[in-house]
Amino acid sequence: MTTATPKYRNNFLKEVEANVEEGHWVKMCMQCGVCAGSCPLGPHWQHSPQKIFMMIRAGKREEVLTSDSMWMCTSCYNCIVRCPRKLPITHIMHGLANYAHRLGMAPKGQPTEAIAKLFWDNLVKTGRVNELKFSLAMYFKDGFVQGIKNAMAMQGIGLGLVKAKRLNPMEILGGHACKDKSGIQKMVAKAREIEDRRKGFSGAGA
Amino acid sequence: MAKKQYAFYPGCSSQKGASASNFPTSVGVVCEKLDIQLNEIPDWNCCGASIGYGEGGELPRLVINARNLAQAENHLAGQDIVSGCPACWLATRETVERLHESDSLLAETNEALKEAGLNLKNTVKARHIVEVLIEDIGFEAMKKPVVKAIEGIKFAGYVGCQTNRPFGIAGESFENPQYLDRMIETVGAEAVKFDQKVTCCGGALAFSEPDKSQKQIRDIVESAYDHGADMIVTPCQLCQANVEIYQSEINKKQGTKFSMPVVYYSQLLTVAYGGSAKQAGLDGQLIRAEKLERIAGKQ
Ligand code: SF4
Ligand code: SF4
Repeated sequence: MTTATPKYRNNFLKEVEANVEEGHWVKMCMQCGVCAGSCPLGPHWQHSPQKIFMMIRAGKREEVLTSDSMWMCTSCYNCIVRCPRKLPITHIMHGLANYAHRLGMAPKGQPTEAIAKLFWDNLVKTGRVNELKFSLAMYFKDGFVQGIKNAMAMQGIGLGLVKAKRLNPMEILGGHACKDKSGIQKMVAKAREIEDRRKGFSGAGA
Repeated sequence: MAKKQYAFYPGCSSQKGASASNFPTSVGVVCEKLDIQLNEIPDWNCCGASIGYGEGGELPRLVINARNLAQAENHLAGQDIVSGCPACWLATRETVERLHESDSLLAETNEALKEAGLNLKNTVKARHIVEVLIEDIGFEAMKKPVVKAIEGIKFAGYVGCQTNRPFGIAGESFENPQYLDRMIETVGAEAVKFDQKVTCCGGALAFSEPDKSQKQIRDIVESAYDHGADMIVTPCQLCQANVEIYQSEINKKQGTKFSMPVVYYSQLLTVAYGGSAKQAGLDGQLIRAEKLERIAGKQ
């Protein structure tokens, strides 16, 4: 697990401004509540974006970073086009989710956190996303028995897609990849190193 | 007439044997008829989609998109990047804008790109195929190659989220964009009123939060039925896949009897331009679009 630099420990707003993508926007929120009614999975957000911004200002570090809420973001961009203050709300939610993930504070077993990690790992390996390997990894993320159950439940859909040539079982043997895989991997590792340095993560690259 | 040239970014879901592989065949026909030439960006990579943030963070995500931009700059100088996938378009365009706004981010991006032997000047424009059709071709010219009117089929034009927000198509409203309905009418079909036009299908969360997202999908399909649509038509790969694929799941769990075909606007255009069902990629539907196949099969 990585840790954030302790210099912000007593000021969560400052920590968010420095370490969370687009975090410098949080103080611009005027608490109008427009975004609160915008999320498609709204009933499943324990704290709406509006509330999260209020909690950040109130210094509720633990409550915000351990929250399930920002993981409910479907990236629909409803909020962004409606916010009278033009806050890039979607990106702040993504940024908070990523920050909580990197600190190891996201709720245990959060399914969107799990697929996000699988997706990225899949991408970095070949430069492109291999849908079959990604799906299988997703089904088996909770262990072998649950994986078989999950895969069985979706079997009809999988077979339908195979028949329609929209899921290729041969992908398991290789599949699509970029030629310059190694360049991509080095480039991504470098980007992560720079970002970790800038955001004060110790144990960079972990 | 000289063909219009674009740097093409196909995206992962449009690869052979992937979930939107029924999309590119129809796009090929449409471009052929409208004198558009799409030149694939050499060795393009994944955009990170809407879920890349979880592990990828900010700079790594910008950098993977910057690589595609740099490849286009180097190999297809002077051409706009065009993508048919809203997630690819969004990620690419966002990267262009963020790197324009911040010199320090651009410098950091180039520091990382150097590892792959690349450098970005950030001179390319990132566009969606729909923008090319509307802005560079226009509805009049889009109508010209029509040889078969798509008569007798009612479509629910489902724009979804990411083709529409945050960027959208210039001059259109976020709440009720008109261009898709106009495309439907351009090929002689009927666009029904559709109150779920810009509703979110759940996006990537259809996978991680299936029950929560299936409520979205159910609302979308139900509304299409309520408004008398025969089919849903969409510009979005994720909308297409989610709304088509999960109908059988919803039927199983909730006892509904959904069987609503979900096609791309490009498949409609292809059939109207005289393309076969196969050229339109209609053999790639899980829920067959029989009425459209019938028109495609008519001589
Ligand atoms: S983009 Fe995310 S935060 Fe914004 S309205 Fe959609 S779900 Fe809510
Ligand atoms: S819409 Fe914007 S200003 Fe209003 S509460 Fe949400 S973030 Fe704050």
